[in-house]
Amino acid sequence: MLISCENLSVSYEKHIAVENVSFHIDDGDYLCIVGENGSGKSTLMKAMLGLLPLKSGKISFNGITLKDIGYLPQQTQIQRDFPASVFEVVLSGCLSRRGIMPFFTKSDKLFACEKLERLGISELRYHSYRELSGGQQQRVLLARALCATERLIFLDEPVSGLDPIVTAEMYDIIRTLNQKDGITVVMVSHDVPGIISNASKILHMDTRLLFFGSSSEYMLTPLGKKMLGGASHD
Amino acid sequence: MIEFFVTLFSYEFIVRAVVVGALISLCSSLLGVSLVLKRYSMIGDGLSHVGFGSLSVAMAAGLAPLQVSIPVVVFTAFMLLRLSESGKLKGDAAIAMISSSALAFGVVVTSLSSGMNTDVFGYMFGSILAVTRDDVTVCVSLSVIVLLLYILFYNKIFAVTFDESFAKATGTRVDIYNMLIALLTSVTIVVGMQIMGAMLISSLIIFPALTSMRIFRSFRKVVICAAILSVVCFFTGILLSFAFSMPAGASIVLVNLGAFLIFAVIGRLFSPDSRA
Repeated sequence: MLISCENLSVSYEKHIAVENVSFHIDDGDYLCIVGENGSGKSTLMKAMLGLLPLKSGKISFNGITLKDIGYLPQQTQIQRDFPASVFEVVLSGCLSRRGIMPFFTKSDKLFACEKLERLGISELRYHSYRELSGGQQQRVLLARALCATERLIFLDEPVSGLDPIVTAEMYDIIRTLNQKDGITVVMVSHDVPGIISNASKILHMDTRLLFFGSSSEYMLTPLGKKMLGGASHD
Repeated sequence: MIEFFVTLFSYEFIVRAVVVGALISLCSSLLGVSLVLKRYSMIGDGLSHVGFGSLSVAMAAGLAPLQVSIPVVVFTAFMLLRLSESGKLKGDAAIAMISSSALAFGVVVTSLSSGMNTDVFGYMFGSILAVTRDDVTVCVSLSVIVLLLYILFYNKIFAVTFDESFAKATGTRVDIYNMLIALLTSVTIVVGMQIMGAMLISSLIIFPALTSMRIFRSFRKVVICAAILSVVCFFTGILLSFAFSMPAGASIVLVNLGAFLIFAVIGRLFSPDSRA
């Protein structure tokens, strides 16, 4: 068991966003956290990463620390017009391995180039991040996350705002990372039909935990059927 | 023309002013890139007013100005960061409130104690020619420290500026680097106030960063260009001020404005959107 969460609660001011949620993540899992907008999915992820304080509950990391984690956050307003080259962004993912050392080494740079290659964006290396398409930007941020980890990656709505073709490509990349490279994936998404065939486990929440288990079991529950059937009306 | 420069630089006080001014321009332009990108431009402005307030109080009480101001401004910078992080008070409103109160406080204290003397006037609008030998020592050593720390933590400053959540989630001590930026900014502002004046120091922070962003599209290039541009604008401004007997601080700001307009036009002409 890589991470176990017991009775997590998170609140903003007086509003409770996550209430009493317990689950665990095993090595090699592809866990999808799903739910409606405002159901606390992203909040739960942020709390696990230490970006938000817990109101109560306990998270234990077994054999890993924050420094072994890769994260693809939702884009912020600041990044939309930030002058940075693709390589600068990707290389910054190596920072957690640098520790106290101030400068990147040659091996860090090679490592970052490798990740660019892996995601098929080598030719964008010198391009400016803010001039890329949404799909390219997500690949850059994914490459940065891969620089930070070889074990566990957290993805917060990685396909939001992408068109169907780019979305499918993104899902393919994530599936290969999980299956071929053995990276554990934790993803927040509201696209249940899109992820159900990829994910090994589903956590469905609406402030409280509604379902946690394998995706095949989820498909058989009334909740899963509703989410899968409901999608055709979108 | 050449004769004019030779005579100019034969005066020790002018050499002092130029050395100190160039260093301050350099430091503030480097920090400015992060502040502008993090949407903290107004912090520079707010801190300079707080600096003015604390200097006036220090002078009224007969204390050493820099030794009082630096701690006060550093404290305010930390507080402003906390406020904008916790989201309890909107960042820009908090800064506007604190900066105008500090300014008012300084003015009231001064007029009650000694009246608006030349020193206070100097801190308000800059008095580059009044830089003493001691000022030069303090200023050069502080600038060197700021520059060294900036270079040493350049990669971390980039990461924290570009994406705080990612940096924090992957185990970087974001709060420490935010504090470092605040600390370096405060020191630069207080030291720079003597030259540029409280009213104008924030333009030294904001202009070079904004200007170089018109043209350059990578962080490293923006930082390098801002640094060079800032020093060049400083020299141009101060020479113009000598040549036409204009106030130094205001001349430097106007040169910076000119550079911004030129870069904006060039950036517009060569932007990828217009090519497409």
